[in-house]
This record gives sequence, C-alpha cells and structure tokens, in this order.
Amino acid sequence: MLWQERFELNTMRLTDFDIYRDLLKEKSGLIITQDKIYLLESRLGPVAKKWGYPGLEALTLALQGAPKPELVNDVVEAMTTNETSFFRDTRPFDQFKAVILPKIMEKRAATKKIRIWCAAASSGQEPYSLVMILEEMKAKLPGWKVEILATDISNDILAQARQGVYTQFEVQRGLPIQMLMTHFVQDGDKWQISDAVKKQVTFQKFNLLDNMSALGRFDIIFCRNVLIYFDEPTKRGVLERMAKQCENDGFLLLGGAETVLGITEEWRLLPEQRGLYVRKDSPHLTTAPAVSKTASA
Amino acid sequence: MKSCLVVDDSRVVRKVARRIAEDLGFSCIEAEDGKQAYEACQKSMPDAILLDWNMPVMSGIEFLEKLRQMEGGSYPKVVFCTTENNVAHIKRALQAGANEYIMKPFDSEIIENKFRQVGLIEG
Repeated sequence: MLWQERFELNTMRLTDFDIYRDLLKEKSGLIITQDKIYLLESRLGPVAKKWGYPGLEALTLALQGAPKPELVNDVVEAMTTNETSFFRDTRPFDQFKAVILPKIMEKRAATKKIRIWCAAASSGQEPYSLVMILEEMKAKLPGWKVEILATDISNDILAQARQGVYTQFEVQRGLPIQMLMTHFVQDGDKWQISDAVKKQVTFQKFNLLDNMSALGRFDIIFCRNVLIYFDEPTKRGVLERMAKQCENDGFLLLGGAETVLGITEEWRLLPEQRGLYVRKDSPHLTTAPAVSKTASA
Repeated sequence: MKSCLVVDDSRVVRKVARRIAEDLGFSCIEAEDGKQAYEACQKSMPDAILLDWNMPVMSGIEFLEKLRQMEGGSYPKVVFCTTENNVAHIKRALQAGANEYIMKPFDSEIIENKFRQVGLIEG
C-alpha cells in the first residue's frame, strides 16, 4: 500500500495520474505505475516552470486541452530515464570484444564494414565506450570502417551526448584511468571527450516506437535497459522490428534484466552468452544439434 | 581472503574506505602515512592498496616508488585515492606504477568498479 501512503502525501489526483500514464504510454511506450507519482512530481515540476505554469495542476490542465507538441515532447523527455555509465555492466563490452567482433570480422572480411546501433544511447557513454574499445583494437582493424549510430528519444540528452562533457563522478564510473588519460581533456572540474572519439559517433533522435526501416540494417544492436520500461506488446513490437533491421548474422545485446524469452521467437540467446542474442535464422546457431527426422506413422 | 592496505592520514577516510573494502570481501589493515605503509608491506604484501597522495612523513607517490622496488612489490594492485585530480598528477602516478586512480570524493560504487577493473574482484 505504499503508493497510497505516497498518494496521500502528494497532491496529484489519480485522474491526473491517468492522463500522464496514457500520454507516456502512447508517445514513448513508457509504462508508469502509481508508485512513480513522486517521480512525475519531481521531474515535471521543472517542465511546468519552463512553460510558465504555476504548478503541476496547471500543466496537467494544459495537457488535457490541445497541447503544443513541444510541451508533450518536454513531458516525455523529462520522464524517460537516463541512467548510464561508461562500460556499464562490463559484460556486454567484454562480449563485444571477445565474441561479437571476431565473428563479425570473419563474416565481413570482404567489405570491411560494420554498422552498430546504440538504440538508447542516453548521454553517450555507451557509444563512446565502443569507440574506445575499437581504438584499442585498431591494430587488428586496418582498413575497416565502423559506423556507430546512437539514438535516443530525448533531444536534451542527445545534446549532452554530442557535447561529450562529463563530471568527475561520471568519468570514474566504469572508465579505466588509462582511457581517461588517452581520450579525454580536462577542462576545470569537467572532462571533455576528444574530437577523435566524438567524430566516430552519429547521434540522431529516434523513438523506438517509430518505423525503423529508414535507419538501415545493422550488424550489432545495443538495446540495453530500455525494454524494461515497456509493456509486453511494446517489447515484442520493438524486438521484432529490430530483428528486421539486423543482418541475419548480426547480434543484439540487451540489458541485464531483459530477455526475449516468452516475448518473441525472432531472437535466440547465443548459447552460454548471457544477454547476447542472434536472429532465429542466424548462422551462429550452428551448435544446435540438427534434429534427424525419424519415421513417422 | 584477500587483503587491502588502506593508506590515508585522515582517520575518517580510512574508516569509510575500510568499510567499503570489507564489504567487498577484503580484510583490511590501515596505515597513516607512506612510512607506515612501507613497514606494513615489509611484514606482508597485501593484495590491494588504497593510497592517498598527500600525507606527512612519506607521501603516497614516494611510497609507491619505493614499493615497486621492493621484493614482491610489483604484486599489489595500487589504487590511488586522492583529491589531486589533474592530469599531471594522474600521469605521474601511472608512471610510478599505480594500477588505477580515484579522484575524491568517491563512493563504494567507484571503489568496487576500480577494484573490478584491476582484477581484484571478479564479475
């Protein structure tokens, strides 16, 4: 009954909550439950202020009328979470180095081109981490062209990502000191990622609920810690559309608490690789024993 | 059980760092300055050393340079943990043989992260 206690402490009416719940679901796929009322209040306060509303109630009223798309956009951006860090969780980056890149390099030996999509790139730590790994492996990648597309639903967070300026706290979360020395320049109490790293990432606004075909096809898709905020049909839709954007020998990485199991048949877990998925028709699934047909009656 | 030597002239910082290292499964010993740390290493080489820079008697960097010349002194993973946060200090520390570098203020997550990066903890 925690949410009820919170509700009594807070001013938001349940009918108001429903307005935000429906709006966020429709515009971003984000599912919010009543225990997140406190989050609505803390994050939307600044939006109300920015638009000159005296408080959350006035903002809610405005949203019930015919709100400007920019206002709706601000609300959605404020509510979509942006927690991230360099080399977050370590494992996917180890897999990228040790499993994915060797396999993809074997498959793309003729074209020497690799396309990577960071589908919820937030403030840029994930794509920049990938660039830093690729820089480390440079000697093994002569003549290769690796394109990294980094998308997020939030314009504000993408602007931050493009700037590539991080606090001392942020650069200490997951980033080895050697990489900080190699790829960053200190600017007062902030750390600025080098232009050499920045220019290897293309940032673009994209909503995962939208049609993905214009993005083209990818060899590797990072889609971590975003599906957890979606309901099951939305997860399924995103995963199945992503499968269409992935080369049949490509890879998908999900977050630690995410899975395709019970959601879609389009992706299969790569055996013994937690969080790493391949398409159901992937050549990397050859370890699965071929089922011999037995005579049937 | 792995051991961690916590070197800092502030009793409060030692206490905080010790608590974090113990939570990560280390047995801890403390030293108030580089000299005490050096003596502790002569008795027994720890697996990890959390090292402050500015201390009376012997600074962190002096201690590190001496440590790396000791017999068995290349074994401990040394993580600097200091308010010195500029590139010159960091580069000097790495040159002297530091494995990682934490700029204060720190929290348990940062220490855990750095310990993992240098292979002191797994996963």
